[in-house]
Amino acid sequence: MLRARLRKQFPASPGSAAFSLELDVDAQPGITVLFGPSGAGKTLTLDSIAGFVQPDEGRILLDDEILFDGAARVSLPPRKRHCGYVFQNYALFPNMTLRQNLEFALHGRPRLERHRRVNQALERFHLEDMQGRRPHELSGGQKQRCSVARALVGAPRILLLDEPSRGLDAALRAELYGIIRQVRDEYRIPILLVTHDLDECIELGDEILVVRDGGVAQKGMPHDVFDRPATIEVAQLLGLHNLLSVEILALDPGRKVSRLRYLEYELAGPYFPGHLIGDRVWLCVRPRQMTAAPRAGRPTANQIPVSLERVVERIHGLRLEFNGDLAVEDSNGVAEEARRVKDWVVEIPPAAMRVL
Amino acid sequence: MAIDWFPLWLSLKVAAVSTAAAVVIGLWLAWLLANREFRGRELLDAAVTLPLVLPPTVLGYYLLVLLGRATPFGRVYEWLFGSPLVFTWQAAVVAAFLHAMPLLVKSARAAFESIDHSYERAARSLGASELLTFARVTLPLARRSILAAAALAFARSLGDFGVTIMLAGNIPGRTQTVAVAIYDAVESGNGALARTLVLIVSAVSLAVIWFANRVGGRSRAF
Repeated sequence: MLRARLRKQFPASPGSAAFSLELDVDAQPGITVLFGPSGAGKTLTLDSIAGFVQPDEGRILLDDEILFDGAARVSLPPRKRHCGYVFQNYALFPNMTLRQNLEFALHGRPRLERHRRVNQALERFHLEDMQGRRPHELSGGQKQRCSVARALVGAPRILLLDEPSRGLDAALRAELYGIIRQVRDEYRIPILLVTHDLDECIELGDEILVVRDGGVAQKGMPHDVFDRPATIEVAQLLGLHNLLSVEILALDPGRKVSRLRYLEYELAGPYFPGHLIGDRVWLCVRPRQMTAAPRAGRPTANQIPVSLERVVERIHGLRLEFNGDLAVEDSNGVAEEARRVKDWVVEIPPAAMRVL
Repeated sequence: MAIDWFPLWLSLKVAAVSTAAAVVIGLWLAWLLANREFRGRELLDAAVTLPLVLPPTVLGYYLLVLLGRATPFGRVYEWLFGSPLVFTWQAAVVAAFLHAMPLLVKSARAAFESIDHSYERAARSLGASELLTFARVTLPLARRSILAAAALAFARSLGDFGVTIMLAGNIPGRTQTVAVAIYDAVESGNGALARTLVLIVSAVSLAVIWFANRVGGRSRAF
């Protein structure tokens, strides 16, 4: 188990603005995803845990061993931290065969043990047939498996993956996800995965930490975070549609309703405890909970006239995208001729409105 | 005409020994300059580069002052090895070594700094010590540039004249290297000897540079 409290300041320099990392990570066995835009401090977090970068303050505990303690001036060198690290470019040593790459991780161990453990790892990751090859003779998928096998063969206490899927095609990506799940199931260690890919978060994450500007903006199970983003910034990072800035016109706690204004339209909403009349709040509505129809006559209650911009084919039905970054998902499909209609209305049921 | 081959052999020996010494010490210095932050780092780099630009007489003068028989270093050397350093072939090695160093340190530092750091980080996170990381990862990745630099350093050591003559003198059969012998031959009007030695030195140097370009060229890394 990992517990890390990291603090690091980077003063402004001619090339870059000031940046400060203030990030706490707790990772249990399983996959913890660090999700966020480039420059948010995700890789810096991994590098601090692995010992390549020194935080200014804080503490890193791994299975009750102190890897770093700013106050006590303790900092173990990377070679004593037992962190398996999978680099974005795999960093397989080009002058060694695949087998030698794995053996390197077990240098100093008795020969028999080394032999046995390398064989086990080769077998587990289906690499036996190519153990004599050099990295430049391996395919992308083989390099990937080799770098994961090498990171794990020394029995690390945590596995750190730095954007492992970047630049991979769909097939390799699927293969990678398979390997990472296999590792989660076969090794009971925390896996920390850095990514800025949303699908990866949902597909792999047991827990997700949304990292923004050097801090954790929200953490939780992926589905909870997607369903209930804590702030508008998180919702925007997650690429969520249907973020509506509304003004509260009236609140009625007795009938548990409210009246809202979105642009020039008035909407009926649920009661929002803790807010006052005149407040501006962000509403978030899931695309599946809204309905859309080609415009016919005057819009009725809670309908907003919009124009259709795009129809996106998805595995589970269609997504209709409208102006104002509104989107509706429909599993029933839309008739061919309706797709050519420009003018639509979307209806937002009060029950679907969530305030951020 | 009988040619005295001694100066040629002496030069090759001096160049080989000084290049070997420059590789060992130069790699260590280059690693230090590339990997460690310390005060006076760029000053050290400049000091190592200095022999490349200083007039040989200036360098020779410094060395005489530093290593002469009356100096502390000179006395320690004499006590250790039983004979003074100056005006021996070992002095020629010192002269050649100082010329080989900058070439090696410059190229090796550039090579170490251009290596993708993830390889070294990977080695460290796999539990390797700094020495093992250097020997098994850094050095193999940089070996082409280092080999090319060593070849150039060898060629450079082969041709030193100024520092050698100031520090090792011109004692035929003992400290007379090929560059000095050519000067002697021209001075004494022995044109045939001068021509022969000049051609041989040119051929050897050309071959070494050709080798350096071949290994250091932008061919595939492995």
